[in-house]
Amino acid sequence: MSALGGIRVVELASERTALAGKLLADMGADVIVVEPPEGAATRSYEPFAGDVPDPEGSLWWWHYNTSKRSVVIDLATESGRADLAMLVGTADVVLEAEPIGTLAAAGIDHPDLAPPGSAVVWASITHAGRAMPEGPATDLTVLAEGGPVWSCGYDDHSLPPVRGGGNQGLHTACHYAVAAILAALMWRETSGRGQHVDVSMVAAANATTEFATLWWLNAGQTVHRQTGRHAHTSPTEVTQIRCRDGRWLNTGVPPRQAREFAALRGWIEELGLAEECTTMELLKLGDGYDLISVFQLSEDPLAAEVFQAGRDTIEFLSSHLDAHDLFVGLQQRGMACGVIYSPEEMMNDPHFVDRGFPVEIDYGDGVSHVHPGAPYRFTATPWAATRAPRTGEHQALLDGLRDASGG
Amino acid sequence: MTAGGALEGVRICDFTGQLAGAGATKILAAFGAEVIRIEDPVRRGKWDILRGSPPYVGEHRGLEAGGAFNNHNAGKLGITLDLRTSEGKELLADLVRISDAVTENFAAGVLDRLGFGYERLRELREDIVYVSNSGFGATGPYASFKSWGPIAQAVSGLTFESGLPDLPPAGWGYSFMDHTGGYYMAIATLMALFHRHRTGEGQWVDLACIEAAGTLHGATSLDATVNGRPARREGMPNSNRSRSPAMAPHGIYPAAGEDEWVAIAVRSDEEWQRLAALIGESWCGDSSWDRLVGRLAEEDRLDELMARWTARQDKAAVAAMVTGIGLAAAPVLRPGERIDDDPRTGGFGLWVDVEHTEVGTSRVEGLPVHLSETDWSLDRGAPCLGEHNRYVICDLLGRTESQLEALVERGVV
Repeated sequence: MSALGGIRVVELASERTALAGKLLADMGADVIVVEPPEGAATRSYEPFAGDVPDPEGSLWWWHYNTSKRSVVIDLATESGRADLAMLVGTADVVLEAEPIGTLAAAGIDHPDLAPPGSAVVWASITHAGRAMPEGPATDLTVLAEGGPVWSCGYDDHSLPPVRGGGNQGLHTACHYAVAAILAALMWRETSGRGQHVDVSMVAAANATTEFATLWWLNAGQTVHRQTGRHAHTSPTEVTQIRCRDGRWLNTGVPPRQAREFAALRGWIEELGLAEECTTMELLKLGDGYDLISVFQLSEDPLAAEVFQAGRDTIEFLSSHLDAHDLFVGLQQRGMACGVIYSPEEMMNDPHFVDRGFPVEIDYGDGVSHVHPGAPYRFTATPWAATRAPRTGEHQALLDGLRDASGG
Repeated sequence: MTAGGALEGVRICDFTGQLAGAGATKILAAFGAEVIRIEDPVRRGKWDILRGSPPYVGEHRGLEAGGAFNNHNAGKLGITLDLRTSEGKELLADLVRISDAVTENFAAGVLDRLGFGYERLRELREDIVYVSNSGFGATGPYASFKSWGPIAQAVSGLTFESGLPDLPPAGWGYSFMDHTGGYYMAIATLMALFHRHRTGEGQWVDLACIEAAGTLHGATSLDATVNGRPARREGMPNSNRSRSPAMAPHGIYPAAGEDEWVAIAVRSDEEWQRLAALIGESWCGDSSWDRLVGRLAEEDRLDELMARWTARQDKAAVAAMVTGIGLAAAPVLRPGERIDDDPRTGGFGLWVDVEHTEVGTSRVEGLPVHLSETDWSLDRGAPCLGEHNRYVICDLLGRTESQLEALVERGVV
C-alpha cells in the first residue's frame, strides 16, 4: 500500500519540477514525466555513470526521476498537444515550470486543459509567480536575489558570499509546490474540484532565510555572514573546529550544565589526558552551575570562565581525537554537536546504514546502484523507489490512451 | 482557524517548537488546519527557546514578544498542559481523541516517556497520524543524539558542500535544515492525512532531519556510489561554481561598493558569445573559451577577469545588463532590499501583517505559493501562553468554566 497510490501526476520535465515529481513518485503517485523528442534537457546534466556522456547515464537524471514513467511528446506539433491534452485528461495533478506564456500560446495552459471546475490540480513553478515578470534565472541567481546567499560565506568579507551547494533554490520551490499540491488534493477530496497552484522561486528563497528576514522584519537590523555559523547582527563565537584527522566538527551548543562539565572531566580521565588538560580545575567549578545562562555570561565572571573552559576543553579534545570520535563521544555524553561529513561519508555512517538510509536500486541485468533513500519513514505506506526511466520508456501508455479514446 | 482553507476541518494536536517543527505546522495552519499548540505551564513554554527570545517585535519585550516565535507560530491556537499531572494527561488524551494528527519535534523518545508514544496514541484514536521529527530519527545507534539545524546540516553533508576551496566549510549562515526539515514534516503529515482520508488508516512517520538533508545532494552522492568519486577531494567543493550541470562562468562577483556582489550564470556556449559581446573587452575574444570545456579548464582566470569587469559597476546595473541579453544574473540582495524594495516579494503578498493579542500588529512571512480556490491565509500572530485554554478545554473538551478554573488553580493548565 502506498500513500499516493491512484494519483496520477503529469510532469513536464524541467530542473525546476524534478524534485517535486520525485517526492510524489517515491510515495506511490504515478508520475509521468513528459519529455521532448530529443529527451529532457536535464539528461545532459553531469556527472554521468562511468563518466560517459549519455542521455541515459546522467546521474542527475537518475536521482531526480526515480519511480517515474517517461513518455515523449512533441509539444511543437498539433498531435503532440492533443496527446498532452489526452494525458492530462487522465491526471489528478499537472506539474510544470514552463516559461510564462508558452503553454498559453500553444493552447495547452491550465485554463485550456483544466478549466475552472475541473478536478485537476495544476501547479506552476516560475521565477517569481505567474503574475510577475520573469527573467532568466538559475539556482545561483535565485539564491542571490532571494536572500540565502547574503547570509552564507566567511568572516572575511573580501571573499564572496557563498551559494549553499546542491541546487537548494530549486529544491525549496519544489518543497512548497508539493505541500501546496497535497493541500489542494485534500480539499479536492471533499469539493471534487482542482485548482491552480502558483509557486514563486524567488518568494520560496525569501521564505527560507530564518534570522536574516526575522531581524529585518522585527527590528530593522541586517545580519552579516560568518564562517560556518549563523549570520548575525553582531559577531559570535566560532562553532567549527578542525580535528586530528583534518575533518571539521560543528560544536553546536557548548557545555553549560554541571552534568556536562562533569562528563567532560570524566571522559578526559578515561582517555588518560587529565595531566595534559589545562582546563580540568575550571571544569570542576562547573559543578556549581546547574545551567549557565546567557545573563550569567555577562554578569558573573567566573561563570564566563567556566563556560570558556568548556569550549577550550572541546578544542583540546579535537587535537587528540578524529572528528567522528569527538562527535560520538560528546553526543553520548549529552552534548549536541555534529561531525561535518561529506555526502558519501554520511551515507556510509553506521547509524544511517542501520536505519536503511542507503538503498539499492535495481537497474536490470544484475546491476544495482546505491541511492540516498527515504527522507521519512512511513510505517504503513513506506517510501519506495525504482530506477529513473529511459527516454520514452513508457510510450505504450500513450498508445493505450489513444486506442481507448478511439484516436 | 483560517476559514475556508484547503485543510478546513483538519485538527492538529501540536507539540512542535523551534523552527524545524513549528515551521511545519505553520504551513498547515496557513492552509486552514486548526493547529492546537501545547505548551508546558511550568516552564512557561520555554522548551521552545524562541519563545520570548530576540529579535523582539519592535519595542516589545518578554515572553510574548519573540519575533521568531511569532513568525513560526502565526495562525495557531495555544494551550498549556502540565503533562506531569494525571489531569494534564487526561486532557491530552481527550484532545488526541478529537485530533487528526499529533506532531512533535522533541528528541527521540520524549513523547513516549511522557506516556504518549505511538501505541498509546493509537489506543486513544486508532486512525491517528503521528509525525515525529528529530535530527537522527527514532531508531539506530544515534537515536538519542541531539540535533539543531546546524548539526543536521553538518552530519548530512550540506555544510561540507557549501564553501570555497582550501577554506573551512562555509556551511549555511542560518538553519536551512530547520526550514527544510519543517517542509518535509508538513509534506509527511499531509501525505499521511491524505492516505488516512482515503483508507481510514493512520500511521507513524519517523522523520529524521539528517536523512531528509541527505537526499538533497543526490547527484554528488551518486557520483560517489556509482563512479567511486568522493566529494571530499582536491579543489572541492566550490559551491559558487556549477558542475551539475556544468556552467562557466558561474559565480558571485564583486560589484562597486562595500560588500556588494552580483551573481552571473552562463548556461551555454551561445550565451557566452552574447556575454563576451556585451563586455566587449579583448580578453573575451579568446577562442579557447568558445566551448565550455575551454572555459572550465581556465575557470580561475575567467573568474578573475569577470570580477575585474563587474567590480567597477553597480550590482543592479550589471544584473540588468546581463539579464537584458537573456542570461541569468542577479544582485546579491540584502534583507532590506529584498523585503522592502523588491516588488516580487511584497507584490506577491509574501509579507503579512498579523494581529497578536499582546504585541499588536507585526509582520511575518507568508507562504511563497498561491492557490486559486483555497489560498492560504494568516491573520493572527502566535498564541500567548495558554491563550486558547478556554476554547480548547471548555468548548472542545467539554469541561465547565468552574472545572477550568480549578485546573488553573492546581497548575494543571
